[in-house]
Amino acid sequence: MTEFSFWDILRNLLLAARWTVVLSLVSFVGGGIVGAALLFLRIGGRQWLRLLSRGYIQLFQGTPLLMQLFLAFFGLGLFGIDVPAWLAACVALILWTAAFLAEIWRGCVESIAKGQWEASASLGMGYLQQMRYVILPQALKVAVPPTVGFSVQVVKGTALTSIIGFVELSKAGSIVTNATFQPFTVYGLVALIYFALCWPLSKSSQLLERKLNVAHRNH
Amino acid sequence: MTYQFDFGWLIGSLPVLLKGIRITVQLIVIGAVFGVAFGIACAWVRALGPKWLKPVVATYVELIRNTPFLIQLFFIFFGLPSLGIRMSELTAANLAMIVNLGAYSCEIVRAGIQATPRGQFEAGASLAMTPFQSFRYVVLVPALQRIWPALSSQIVIVMLGSAVVSQIAAEDLTFAANFIQSRNFRAFETYIVSTLIYLALAILLRQLLAGLGWMLFPRKASR
Repeated sequence: MTEFSFWDILRNLLLAARWTVVLSLVSFVGGGIVGAALLFLRIGGRQWLRLLSRGYIQLFQGTPLLMQLFLAFFGLGLFGIDVPAWLAACVALILWTAAFLAEIWRGCVESIAKGQWEASASLGMGYLQQMRYVILPQALKVAVPPTVGFSVQVVKGTALTSIIGFVELSKAGSIVTNATFQPFTVYGLVALIYFALCWPLSKSSQLLERKLNVAHRNH
Repeated sequence: MTYQFDFGWLIGSLPVLLKGIRITVQLIVIGAVFGVAFGIACAWVRALGPKWLKPVVATYVELIRNTPFLIQLFFIFFGLPSLGIRMSELTAANLAMIVNLGAYSCEIVRAGIQATPRGQFEAGASLAMTPFQSFRYVVLVPALQRIWPALSSQIVIVMLGSAVVSQIAAEDLTFAANFIQSRNFRAFETYIVSTLIYLALAILLRQLLAGLGWMLFPRKASR
């Protein structure tokens, strides 16, 4: 039987962690774009679009991410495509992230006083102009800390893609365990690598919140 | 798309689904009760507890909040036996949920306690209450009332997260779905049905928790 050194285990896990990082970035950026579109629908003028967007958000927030991954994996297959795991993982994670980001950002937009909407409307601005020049610049400042905070959930969410067979950090952990029979060490290391990825994000979210919230401190 | 949907398997698979639902409900009830209780204990330590215990709890909270639930579950179920701690799938799943929810609810409850004005502690002390008594009777209840919505959402999130316990062969709803789809080869329909069941459970749980909050805290917060 081959012996595996600690370094062998760590190196393999770190190599797999690249895919966790890539998948997190793709989901976060893609989810941000879809989420922004959802946000515009969610607070826009059309009633049925608002309902649609709200239904979407409720659906994705009210069901397990694992189920969404399964549905993406088997659902895309219905169209006759041979679905690789990374595609299903990206699609499901982007849609899931979008729902949460849209809802977080809606809270931020709604924290902007109603008078700002009315003032910009009285200047003859359209919906998109109001958003672009008045609401979003203010809402963005409020939105940064919770958005960074949510990125931690995205990184942790990528762990579930191991279940549909995408080889990232968690899947590598299972594979290495099966080869080395050292689950305690391997899963401990996997947890530490996730911690190393997530902790800076959590901390910076807290720091940003303190820094950007100074204006509201004394109210 | 020429796919024909087929839900005919649903009736035959009903007992398996119901058993899965039962296990999922059981997991979240036990997880929520003990997880929140543990979280409150941890919040007490961070607010008033002995000094040496504070960094221990802080480390626990940070570690759990920054690692995926799946890895926590694998660590407990596959990792701990090397230390001689063995347990069944259901016990491991329950333990993982309690440990996970404990860390999150610790942070949530702590936020509620921090929002309590210092005067409340002092008022308790002036009535000759011990620090524990003023925590229990004066601080905790308004704090819980304040953070109840956040705590409820976290419990729902943990319930949805519990879908991954199927990975250590705990026979929850997802396990039932996996089992059924391996028999009927109707993966998409099976997962649609179980996703809808999860959605219904999440809505139901949210309503129940709202009702529970309404029962536990009948008076409006006096601020």
